[in-house]
Amino acid sequence: MTAYQTILPNQVTTWFRAGRTDQFPVGAGATIKYGQRQIAVFYFNRTQRWYACQNLCPHKLENVLGRGLIGEQDGVPKVACPLHKRTFSLETGENLNGDCPPVAVFPVRIEGGDVYVGFID
Amino acid sequence: MQQIVVIGNGMVGHKFCDLFARHPRRHAFQLTVFGEEQRPAYDRVHLSAYFTDRDADKLSLATREWYAENQIELRTGELVTELDTANRQLGTHLGYEMHYDYLVLATGSVPFVPPIPGKEKSGVFVYRTIEDLDAILDYAAKLRELPGARSVVMGGGLLGLEAAKATLDMGLPTDVVEFAPRLMPRQLDEGGAATLTSTLEGLGLGVHLSKSTSAVGGNGCITHLDFSDGSQLEADLLIISAGIRPRDELARKAGIEVGPRGGILADEYMRTSAPDVFVIGEAALYREMIYGLVAPGYDMARVSLSTIMADADGGCMPESIDLSTKLKLIGTDVASFGECFPEPGTARSIVYHDEAAGIYKRINVSPDGSRLLGGILVGDAADYNMLHQIYKNAMALPPQPEDLILGTRGSGGDAGAGIMDLPDAAVICSCENVTKGTLCGHLSAEQAHSVKDLVACTKAGTGCGGCKPILSDLVENYLKSQGRVVRNTLCEHFAYTRQELRDLIVLKQLRTYDEALDELGHGHGCETCKPALAGIFATVYAETANPQAAIQDTNDRFLANIQRNGTYSVVPRVPAGEITPDKLIAIGAVAKKYGLYTKITGGQRIDLFGARLDQLPPIWEELIAAGFESGHAYGKSLRTVKSCVGSTWCRYGMDESVTFAIEIEERYKGLRSPHKLKGGVSGCIRECAEARGKDFGLIAVEEGYNVYVCGNGGARPKHAELLAGPVDRQTAVRYLDRFLMFYLRTAGPLVRTAKWLEGLEGGIAYLRSVVVDDVLGINEELETEMQGLVNGYRCEWKEAVNDPALRARFRPFVNTDEAEELEFVALREQKMPKPW
Repeated sequence: MTAYQTILPNQVTTWFRAGRTDQFPVGAGATIKYGQRQIAVFYFNRTQRWYACQNLCPHKLENVLGRGLIGEQDGVPKVACPLHKRTFSLETGENLNGDCPPVAVFPVRIEGGDVYVGFID
Repeated sequence: MQQIVVIGNGMVGHKFCDLFARHPRRHAFQLTVFGEEQRPAYDRVHLSAYFTDRDADKLSLATREWYAENQIELRTGELVTELDTANRQLGTHLGYEMHYDYLVLATGSVPFVPPIPGKEKSGVFVYRTIEDLDAILDYAAKLRELPGARSVVMGGGLLGLEAAKATLDMGLPTDVVEFAPRLMPRQLDEGGAATLTSTLEGLGLGVHLSKSTSAVGGNGCITHLDFSDGSQLEADLLIISAGIRPRDELARKAGIEVGPRGGILADEYMRTSAPDVFVIGEAALYREMIYGLVAPGYDMARVSLSTIMADADGGCMPESIDLSTKLKLIGTDVASFGECFPEPGTARSIVYHDEAAGIYKRINVSPDGSRLLGGILVGDAADYNMLHQIYKNAMALPPQPEDLILGTRGSGGDAGAGIMDLPDAAVICSCENVTKGTLCGHLSAEQAHSVKDLVACTKAGTGCGGCKPILSDLVENYLKSQGRVVRNTLCEHFAYTRQELRDLIVLKQLRTYDEALDELGHGHGCETCKPALAGIFATVYAETANPQAAIQDTNDRFLANIQRNGTYSVVPRVPAGEITPDKLIAIGAVAKKYGLYTKITGGQRIDLFGARLDQLPPIWEELIAAGFESGHAYGKSLRTVKSCVGSTWCRYGMDESVTFAIEIEERYKGLRSPHKLKGGVSGCIRECAEARGKDFGLIAVEEGYNVYVCGNGGARPKHAELLAGPVDRQTAVRYLDRFLMFYLRTAGPLVRTAKWLEGLEGGIAYLRSVVVDDVLGINEELETEMQGLVNGYRCEWKEAVNDPALRARFRPFVNTDEAEELEFVALREQKMPKPW
């Protein structure tokens, strides 16, 4: 869990190229590997926004969030863990329907048809 | 300021504090509480929940912070040993002394341990505190290394059976020994106890009645019990649950009057013989009885507090205390209320007994049939809340009182009273003493709109929780009575019910989720509406889970069942459970090649666990090559049609149930529905396929098949009800087509057939009038629609492995070909995920 820290856009020192935009599903998530860490990347086609968070669900510590359904709650983009349906804000990482610890979220940038995720190391 | 002292921090002692904290005149008093145990008050009613997770916090009723915030002094781990009622002084084992103006004895009880030789041996326990449970758990953990270790519970009462369930859950074969000739002798009559006994025996519990234990045998550790009839029983762990004894030693020493067999004497205000000393809970002897239930204890806390506070509307204890109880024992419900065993001639009893189903219901009504006096329910206590209310409020009975337990037969309509017929004074939550009038008051003042609101406003439902179903009935009926439609809209993105959405999607010919959201909804969707709409597209257009994978629930998106460590399990379809040796070998070969854990499912198929996401397509390529298709075990869809072997082999069979089950499973395979669907076909009334535990079941009889619908197993088991029969096979299939399509059209999301039927006004009689008599004139339409879905079937795994674009989703990482790193540990020659 300590391996994942939320990164704000102004803190980014490394923009890591995660793949071409067309390698990611539309309206759902997929997973990338950054070193030993697993990052879930989501494309919200209806708002044309991209989000990223740790793939590890803090509830039972399984690497599954990238396979969860995405959606919106009162305007906040969220992902639902496929194991027990805990939902997490993709803006702040907080658990929206329980008292799980938050997930780390990462900035995403699209440039020239490529998807970049921001890190500080 | 006057000083109140409460001795005892159990459930009832805490209830007193809780009521005190909320009392308007509390500031005229200082409250100090002594607790003998180290931790603050916890819930003993649900004590056995501790066995599942060993989490004491979940049982906690209040924290130290709560006491501090409410300015109540809590002194735990401190036993009051001296009491001087003349000078109003008390002293503790730590030498602390204090004065009181009012004293409340809430000292509770201890388990009674009969004076049996050998009871001090190790491995002998009682069942009352968290520490007792810890000791049992630790001991049981050691026993697990001892092959053939067994546990025995002495006492077949309520608590004893709870303890038995706990040791069964720990994996120890368990016996219950009862002195009386039947289980739960205080709550059940012979018929009820016999029914309970055979249900428990069916679950693997040994039951030994009329047994008097003469010695606990063993050398240091317990190894067996000796009975006075000369017989013996092996036992490596013994839990004694032989009743309770009130803790009256402090009162006795102080000269307060106690009963001849123990218990501190109390009057109707819970006053003892000493001035301004009260007694509440299990230590109190009121009307020559000790009350081991929490509701009367809470009542005593209320009465004693309002006497101390001199409340104008205080009241006193009722003359007769309601000892009604309902509890979930090992896999079965048991309830009793009012007069369970009336004297001959004072009542007439109506008994319903279904031996095979393990159901026993008895109600006692007054000789003129006008009033309900009491009753016993075993195996099915769904009627308990209503019966209990009718009894407590002395409500008028229907002309045929037997309808109360049998339901009205023939013409539709519900028997007896509905929740709205109850008087306002009816106590709905007896733990918190909340009446229907109070609840309705909150609803009509718009302070509450849901069960959750009512719980927050009134604390109803926070005690034993038994009144929760009645609370939800109340909310629904109240809103209905106000002319407000109770709309089960899907979520914040669609203000329609599933049925309305389905109709609109058909009408507007919408084909995708985004189209539907643009046309009918707002916002951007969520994990509730996406799979619900995916299900609608499947039932309207026979769409598989492939074209719109992004809106499918995870299991449907990856066409497999996600398991604990993020791996998947694979279940190929084995129609009706019939499988050739070659196909068995093919499954075995795949499991071996990919290192999968294999297990036979309850639906007569084989489940292969532990497949990584990227392994799913190659596994399925091999399974498809061997002639298998998707089993849809991952979907809200038809799972299996279970069969018994039928007349092809069985000497009792009336028809070829396997052949018919295959035909039905092949017909409905791939059918998606509001919830999972299971079927069964039995070749005779012995019902080996358990068809009545399914959403639809067919049972062969001499003249054809009886068609049953809307049953299920699981958490709320229900037997399917007879829809029609006997009919020939072709007619049975037509009825099933209509029934299933009607369900697919009208049920809410994630509503199984049994619950859907509960919500259909008119129940099974109405359903029969639609499916058999066609009162709505839609049967032709239903059959055509179903035929369309049957014709539209495709194996979605074949689609997925053959299309590279669809197959791309099984790649674990977008940016690398590395495989996922997953950890497994060995388990009985196979493997399992590394524990959390």
